[in-house]
Amino acid sequence: MSDTQTFLDTLKTRSQQRETEPSWIAARRQAGAARFEALGFPTRRDEEWKYTDVRSIAQGNFALTDNADFSPAQAAALTLPLDAYRLTFVDGVYAPALSDLDALPDTVHVLPLSKALSENHEAVGGPLGRLTGVDFSPFAALNTAFMEEGAVVRIAPGAVIEKPILLQFLSRANATAVMSHPRILVEAGGRSEATLIEHYCGDLEAANFTNVVGEFMLDRGAILNHYKLQEAPLNDMHVASMHVEQGRDTRYTSYNLNLGGALVRNDLISDLNGQGAETNFFGLFFGQGRQHVDNHTKVNHNAPLTFSNENYKGILDDRAHGVFNGKVYVKRDSQKIEGFQSNQNLLLSDRAQIDAKPELEIYADDVKCSHGTTTGQLDEEAIYALRTRGIDEATARGLLTLAFAGEVLEKVTLDAVAERVELAVAGKLPERFNLAGLVETAVALND
Amino acid sequence: MLQVTDLHVTVEDKEILKGLTLTINAGEVHAIMGPNGAGKSTLSAVIAGKDGYEVTQGSITFEGQDVLEMEIEERAQAGLLLGFQYPVEIPGVKNIYLLKSALNAQRKAQGLDDIPAPDFMKLVKEKLGFMKMDASFLQRAVNEGFSGGEKKRNEILQMLVLQPKLAMLDEIDSGLDIDAMKVVADGVNSLRAEERAILLVTHYQRLLDYIVPDKVHVLVDGRIVKTGDAELAKQLEANGYEGIEESAA
Repeated sequence: MSDTQTFLDTLKTRSQQRETEPSWIAARRQAGAARFEALGFPTRRDEEWKYTDVRSIAQGNFALTDNADFSPAQAAALTLPLDAYRLTFVDGVYAPALSDLDALPDTVHVLPLSKALSENHEAVGGPLGRLTGVDFSPFAALNTAFMEEGAVVRIAPGAVIEKPILLQFLSRANATAVMSHPRILVEAGGRSEATLIEHYCGDLEAANFTNVVGEFMLDRGAILNHYKLQEAPLNDMHVASMHVEQGRDTRYTSYNLNLGGALVRNDLISDLNGQGAETNFFGLFFGQGRQHVDNHTKVNHNAPLTFSNENYKGILDDRAHGVFNGKVYVKRDSQKIEGFQSNQNLLLSDRAQIDAKPELEIYADDVKCSHGTTTGQLDEEAIYALRTRGIDEATARGLLTLAFAGEVLEKVTLDAVAERVELAVAGKLPERFNLAGLVETAVALND
Repeated sequence: MLQVTDLHVTVEDKEILKGLTLTINAGEVHAIMGPNGAGKSTLSAVIAGKDGYEVTQGSITFEGQDVLEMEIEERAQAGLLLGFQYPVEIPGVKNIYLLKSALNAQRKAQGLDDIPAPDFMKLVKEKLGFMKMDASFLQRAVNEGFSGGEKKRNEILQMLVLQPKLAMLDEIDSGLDIDAMKVVADGVNSLRAEERAILLVTHYQRLLDYIVPDKVHVLVDGRIVKTGDAELAKQLEANGYEGIEESAA
């Protein structure tokens, strides 16, 4: 039986169990399944998947689950300590008991996809799949075939949402590995302003497959800060296809922070369709053991006077493998655009590996673009300087690694996120030592 | 406290120090002066443990311990601290991280617990005040984007926090204007104590107007050719190194 067939069989069983649903959803589902069947899982012969082998997903046998049981104490320990509107999913299943949408202003709708579909499916049906269609990738097609749950966020024009909207995805250590295919749909009205956090975490021993698709539509003048924080479990498989559409004078900022997962693939695409649109991609990935972390990004400058700024940093230890493929595309006659891209990687072990591929494709003549990628080891002179102050070599290396990550983390405006990641990086360093105390000192100094 | 005996050091197969002998006792301030290329910076680098310097002969002991057998950090933990001529910029490592890690490493070596956070903050703020540095400086990355004067102040601040037994200062006066020189000199002078020694390596006599040494050594071509008191520095200022080199030859 082919790898594809296992998934199609699971889908078939699921469809038989499912109650009737609106015909348009069924039609999309079929289109997704057909596309997935035709494409099959990507292989390393596909240019877009050259450095990432997805056989551990393709050959897996993942069940679907319907229960969202999760210890509230455990959930509380994992959650980000910030005041937020919260939607929680456990292995893809909505968990009302772990969610908190109290005091949500009426200028913003935040609801699970299942509810949005049952209450007002036409309004969701229009935008859903408009940016990330079934042709985007086999994983997007697979997601479409299985889509049931996720989050719908609609921000009214002019609304400034002070508290972040937090989408938590918890992964359990199940007897049988499960899969989930969440959909995230965000429509940010004109001149609205909001912060959205996707937070993936869970039981340390979990080994599930998450295949998320996100679509983000920013209307004229909208501002969206989008965090994607992915922590342990280290054995989870995670594929994310994120597509952003930006109208005139919009500003989108992505903070893509990858710490966990055995196999991680992120696709992040921004379409800058209106003058004055600006996109910022900040990324940090930290791989250890045999983790594989692949970040593909693409900025499409489809309109003149658009701006992009990208900074991705990777830290790889042990036998971890990182991939960075960043593309900046400037459409014909999109003049006066600025596109900057930087990728720096740090290899902490001889067996760690990075494939970095920055790409520029420019069809206009009045543009300001730059890109660059570097990969290296820690600065030996700096290690020496720290050691001459009495700091042992392991701590010196730890401090410098933390410093490397710090350049991305200093862009993070949510302290709870920055501190979580900084502590995680400090704790993940090869020679364990207590940098946590230092980080806390610096935090206390700020207060 | 520090005993350097017949030290021969080669760098990339070239002999730089050719039998240097130096004794520094607690409570003393020594200055080593000499023309460019005489080996001044080599001496402090070897004592601190920098890579690339090969000791072919001779010994260095600090309070009876064989310095050449110690790791770089062990030397610092034992109280041998070098202030750099060109302090290294360490992007992303906050000054507060460096100071706290260094102080706790020293305490650990002495069998003490980590310094309690409030005590640490009190100590650091007091020393910052002394060096006329702003508290915001603690959150800045070590030496990154610092002016020449700020970098040198930062070296002295580290000394004030870590309170070494022997403070070695390599060309601490280079790149300083007169106001910064006074602040730096005040910092160094505040370190003067019966139980502590200071070794200044300098090209110019100017620094020694502010930090008056007990002993001045003239280093020429890898050897100390003359030793005297603060007066010797003034003679050098007037006559240059040439006369000394001739008399040594």
